[in-house]
Amino acid sequence: MKFGVIQFPGSCDELDALNAARRVGDAELLWHGERDLKGADAIVVPGGFSYGDYLRAGAIARFAPMMETVIDFAGDGGLVLGICNGFQVLCEARLLPGALLVNANRRFTFRQLELEVLNSGGVFTQGCALGERLSIPAKHSWGRYHADGETLAAMDRAGQIVLRYADGENFNGSVHDIAGVSNERGNVLGLMPHPEHAVDELIGGSSDGLKIFESMRMTVEGVHA
Amino acid sequence: MPDSAVLPTVEDALALGLTREEYELVCEKQGGPPNQVELAMYSLLWSEHCAYKHSKKLLRTLPTEGSHVVMGPGENAGAVDVGNGQVCAFKVESHNHPSAVEPFQGAATGVGGILRDIFAIGARPIAVLDSLRFGEISDSRAPSRSRFLLDGAVQGIGHYGNSIGVPTIGGEVYFEGPYEQNCLVNAMALGLGEREKLVRSAAAGLGNTLVLFGARTGRDGIGGASVLASAELGDAEADADKRPTVQVGDPFEEKKLMECSLELLEQGLIVALQDLGAAGLTSSAAEMASKGEVGIDLDIAKIPLREPDMEPFEVMVSESQERMLCVVAPQNVEAVKALCGKWEVNSAAIGTVTGTGRMKVFDGEELVGDMPVRALVDDCPLYDLRPEKPATPIYAPPKATLAKDAGPREALLALLRSPNIASRRPLFEQYDAIVQSRTVRRPEQADAAVLALDPSPAGGEDRDTSAAGQGRPVPGLAVSIDCNGRRVAADPYKGTIEAVLECAANLACVGAEPLGTTNNLNFGNPEKGHIAWQLTESVRGLGDACRKLEAPIVGGNVSLYNEGQAGGPIYPTPVIGMVGRLPDAHKAGRLGFARAGDAIALVGPFAPVLAASELAKLQGEALPDGLHEIDIDAVRSSQIAVRGAVRAGNLTSAHDIAEGGAAVALAECCLAGGLGASVELAGIAAGMMANLFGEGPGGFVVSGGVQELRALGELAPVRVIGTVGGAALSIALGEGSLSATLEELTDAHTSLRELFP
Repeated sequence: MKFGVIQFPGSCDELDALNAARRVGDAELLWHGERDLKGADAIVVPGGFSYGDYLRAGAIARFAPMMETVIDFAGDGGLVLGICNGFQVLCEARLLPGALLVNANRRFTFRQLELEVLNSGGVFTQGCALGERLSIPAKHSWGRYHADGETLAAMDRAGQIVLRYADGENFNGSVHDIAGVSNERGNVLGLMPHPEHAVDELIGGSSDGLKIFESMRMTVEGVHA
Repeated sequence: MPDSAVLPTVEDALALGLTREEYELVCEKQGGPPNQVELAMYSLLWSEHCAYKHSKKLLRTLPTEGSHVVMGPGENAGAVDVGNGQVCAFKVESHNHPSAVEPFQGAATGVGGILRDIFAIGARPIAVLDSLRFGEISDSRAPSRSRFLLDGAVQGIGHYGNSIGVPTIGGEVYFEGPYEQNCLVNAMALGLGEREKLVRSAAAGLGNTLVLFGARTGRDGIGGASVLASAELGDAEADADKRPTVQVGDPFEEKKLMECSLELLEQGLIVALQDLGAAGLTSSAAEMASKGEVGIDLDIAKIPLREPDMEPFEVMVSESQERMLCVVAPQNVEAVKALCGKWEVNSAAIGTVTGTGRMKVFDGEELVGDMPVRALVDDCPLYDLRPEKPATPIYAPPKATLAKDAGPREALLALLRSPNIASRRPLFEQYDAIVQSRTVRRPEQADAAVLALDPSPAGGEDRDTSAAGQGRPVPGLAVSIDCNGRRVAADPYKGTIEAVLECAANLACVGAEPLGTTNNLNFGNPEKGHIAWQLTESVRGLGDACRKLEAPIVGGNVSLYNEGQAGGPIYPTPVIGMVGRLPDAHKAGRLGFARAGDAIALVGPFAPVLAASELAKLQGEALPDGLHEIDIDAVRSSQIAVRGAVRAGNLTSAHDIAEGGAAVALAECCLAGGLGASVELAGIAAGMMANLFGEGPGGFVVSGGVQELRALGELAPVRVIGTVGGAALSIALGEGSLSATLEELTDAHTSLRELFP
């Protein structure tokens, strides 16, 4: 099992994601300007401020040569995980429905949060129990998830709302407390909180985020929980 | 120099901040009156900010050597050995005056500048801390200048640090009247590097090429070092006119610049590296030449500009951010430019290292400036201070916000609610404290921030998470930044010692021993006798404390002229940053009570008094003339005791007693752990209120098993005062008692939330 972690100029959490992925498999950085996935079985689009995010978060990164390959890879059913800025990039690339708006409090906010697993059958959460709570930190300015009512209803029916903020934890004002969503097929997941920052009890007191990476490994290797 | 050029006059020199005598000395060094380019360059390099002309003699008295020191003052940052061939580089710097004029950009570029200092020596930045001072915000609902400055500075620090991927892991903020006109924004950064790969800034190798890389050069920040950093602030309207001298930061450009610089060093492509900070290219090139004892020829026509019609002097003094200057062997220039291209960073070969000992500035073929390097960098006159202890108090008493007859419970809640003590969560939540995956203790979890050192999860080599690896020690770094300016104002010598001891106490609470110290001396106008006295006494205290703690000064910064015309001088504020090491981050201490039934003890030679305390401030008391005697050795011994017990895993919690005294420290332990406590606090000091709220160095509140607590007695005074448990803090006193529920304590302690709706 090999993860590829994209590195854009302005990525901040790519090494964190790389090292989190290495706890469950092999992992390698993929430079934004190249097109070769180097044999990766799953792609992580990491957090940070790709290209400075001065236009709109993720708006430029989505046009990177590497993203063109990743869009094809996702179209073929390949696993793609977008974290924070990566979620924004995947929404801009139309791999995921909806958009991310400025936080309700209009400030960058960092908090350790409780998330609730709403779909434990998916490829990113099969290692979790339905309704399980995960302690994972979030840190962003543009994390308020938004989609229109019709889209939300369809997503809900299809089980695409994979993670929600537990009661009282939704500081960014996301609609329906949505923290993470998948595409209809279920092979692309985006979330604002950072599972790669919850992989080691020593660093932050939680290793719940590892379950996301572990679930991806299980999916790729054909193991089922 | 073209004959047709009109030479600037002595009046121009005065307007640029030189004195008449200094101008005459420049003429002597130049063998005639300087032209515009030369005068601009002298005026910057001979400014207080660059030449330290009022502080250099004092700074020479500080201890700078020790067994851990790898790089001391004089380089871009200091560095200490942290084991395994690694060094920790660190430094604190101020960006006070820019922040007073434009807080968001002022604070943001302050962070940018200190980060460049760290990667300029070849260390990857791993953490930022900040130290902020503003005027009173006690009526938190009313809009005020202090709130505007606070909000802008916090957002600016976050904007830069968050965007560049360096965690902001700690800091401190105080609100006091004397900072109303002149806020302080100090930023500290830490980096990690390999000892063998550190790079110095001295230019070397005749014929080598100077390559400028990073952002294009524009008109921003022109004259920042002399106009802003080395003069008192005027009235608000005039300061608004100074806005063009504040630089604008671009963290994305810096992120690329940082990765590019570190890769250039990794590949061994450059001989020397220097960031462009205050005084821009003037200072960077001149200092590289001075340190290397060489000359430099520069051609400003080769510099990539943002605006095409800049005057030569403007190019030389521009403080455009996110630029670096390096020295490269001619055969490596193309490789350097190619690597810059990979990171989408501009680069240009702009000059040559020469043997002339002169700084020659060309604009194409035309020589527009020619100065001896030594005159520029080393010959600025140094001034002796004329310290004079003021006969009458300098600072007016603060406005009372709490009645003098307030009871203990009312006083405790008022203290917890007061802006100097209330929870900083609404501020630090605006910072990313966890990127790079090293942060073992986040803000409000412990007295000092703790980072895992090695093996580094962010460095590529994964930590061993197997069952066998779980018990393996993970060495850590701890860092603290602190200074209570009000106590320094009461007694510059002892107040500064207290600030150093406070940092070391914070390190002890997580189990770390000091390796080195950095400092930022924020003072008023040193040409005034009473400020000279504050500065002299403070530096004496700094030296004495660092010598006793074996925590040498490895670098720092001086920020003088911090006074507004209406507000008088700031409190003398020698901000201390201290870095320490702990053998195993798994055992890093926490401040919160965590186990019901644990015993609670007061440890150390703690002799609290109310004078100069936070309570005295709330009650509108004037500052005393002097603080109590400090036995540094006894304080150090108690720190060693606590540090040892934390390292051995014998304590559940450890917290040092600071603002608000023992009662506030106990409340903070309760709040951090979500557990109450019952204690008896009597007979520690004279009077009930002094027992509760008196302040002084040397005290800790610790919790754990009663045997473990008593064992601390071998090295320090220990007094078991109560037990952890319940949902309230209850303090029995000789004459009465005090009780407040956790809910009441929380409600008071979260008062700053109102500032950030």
